[in-house]
Amino acid sequence: MSANSTLAAYATRLGDNALILGQRMIELVAASPELEEELANANFSLDYIGQARMFYTYAGEREGAGRDEDDLAFLRPEHEYCNLLLVEQPNGHFGDSTVRQVLFESWYVLLLDALTRCSDEGISDIAARAIKEVRYHLRHSSQWLVRLGDGTEESHARTQASLDDLWRFTGEMFTPDDLDDEMRAAFNGPHLEVIETRWRENVAAIIAEAMLEMPGDQLMASGGKQGRHSEHMGFLLAEMQHLQRSYPGATW
Amino acid sequence: MVETQYRPEQILEWLSHVPDPEIPVLTITDLGIVRDVDCGEAVTVSLTPTYSGCPATEAIEGSVVAALQEHGVENVQIKRVLSPPWTTDWISEAGRKKLRVYGIAPPERRDRPIACPRCDSSNTEIVSEFGSTACKAAYRCTDCLEPFEYFKCL
Repeated sequence: MSANSTLAAYATRLGDNALILGQRMIELVAASPELEEELANANFSLDYIGQARMFYTYAGEREGAGRDEDDLAFLRPEHEYCNLLLVEQPNGHFGDSTVRQVLFESWYVLLLDALTRCSDEGISDIAARAIKEVRYHLRHSSQWLVRLGDGTEESHARTQASLDDLWRFTGEMFTPDDLDDEMRAAFNGPHLEVIETRWRENVAAIIAEAMLEMPGDQLMASGGKQGRHSEHMGFLLAEMQHLQRSYPGATW
Repeated sequence: MVETQYRPEQILEWLSHVPDPEIPVLTITDLGIVRDVDCGEAVTVSLTPTYSGCPATEAIEGSVVAALQEHGVENVQIKRVLSPPWTTDWISEAGRKKLRVYGIAPPERRDRPIACPRCDSSNTEIVSEFGSTACKAAYRCTDCLEPFEYFKCL
């Protein structure tokens, strides 16, 4: 792989995680359980969409084929999206969304931290911008996990069930594929095993504070990074891409 | 090549009148998002976004171009820079004063109390961590009982 194609593919993958999670959060706009959460969710989803725009714009520049952020966001088929399965999981109830945010953001913040030290300035600059936002997102989602886990009997039981259910999507965050290896070898990219150790420590601490149980080892679902998605992804893309597919080039 | 007659100081002075669309009491130079001005063949203004998802980014770029064109600068280029990332430390001292007068408590370091912008009391409490925009939280003064907004430290 040439340097440019490695960087284009890796930046696209980062953009995919940010865009798909941002899109999921946007589905919650006007549905949050209280006003404070409504504003937090809407603003945080904007941060993710903004990060996706920067990653896609950079990916397009590196690719050099004339594609811009909109082409990459709206005009690719499902199998070309390389986001983690975790971020495409439906919002479910508030406990489900909260657990998804905590599990992903605990990983993302460590990944971005490692990326601020990678040798490609394009990616490290975006990571340095994004990590300031994601640290704050994680603080917020962790506080909610504690409130739900250490809340009522019902909120505790339902949040534990969400945690047990979504845990199987965490494995692929730490399983390097060829692109992860290439990024690490050529650009001092993240070391996923190191991130896994720190992630487990951090997540275990939040889970303990929330009076919840760490799920046991189990069979992990994977494939997102290779473009093999869960059944939910097609529906998400159908809604997100509808306008650009039906009216190509439409602008405000 | 055409030599332009503009000096960066002059351009910066003009830019110091361009308001931030979300907190119009602040100008973009108070906010600290103008990183560089280069007067070459074109006048290139380097701007940095406050947050990745800041919906005002395009509006700000548009008003920079418009403001300079009003002063007769025709060839304006906007460059987006990310590094070093913007934090609330980039807000100027003048900007902090303007915020206070406007009724928004300026960002404080974690260990410092947040003072009420109206009566200056530090007996204040948080009402909601999220206010009208992502960058502000809602507070209340427990002495004068007035609600106010606090510009969060980032």
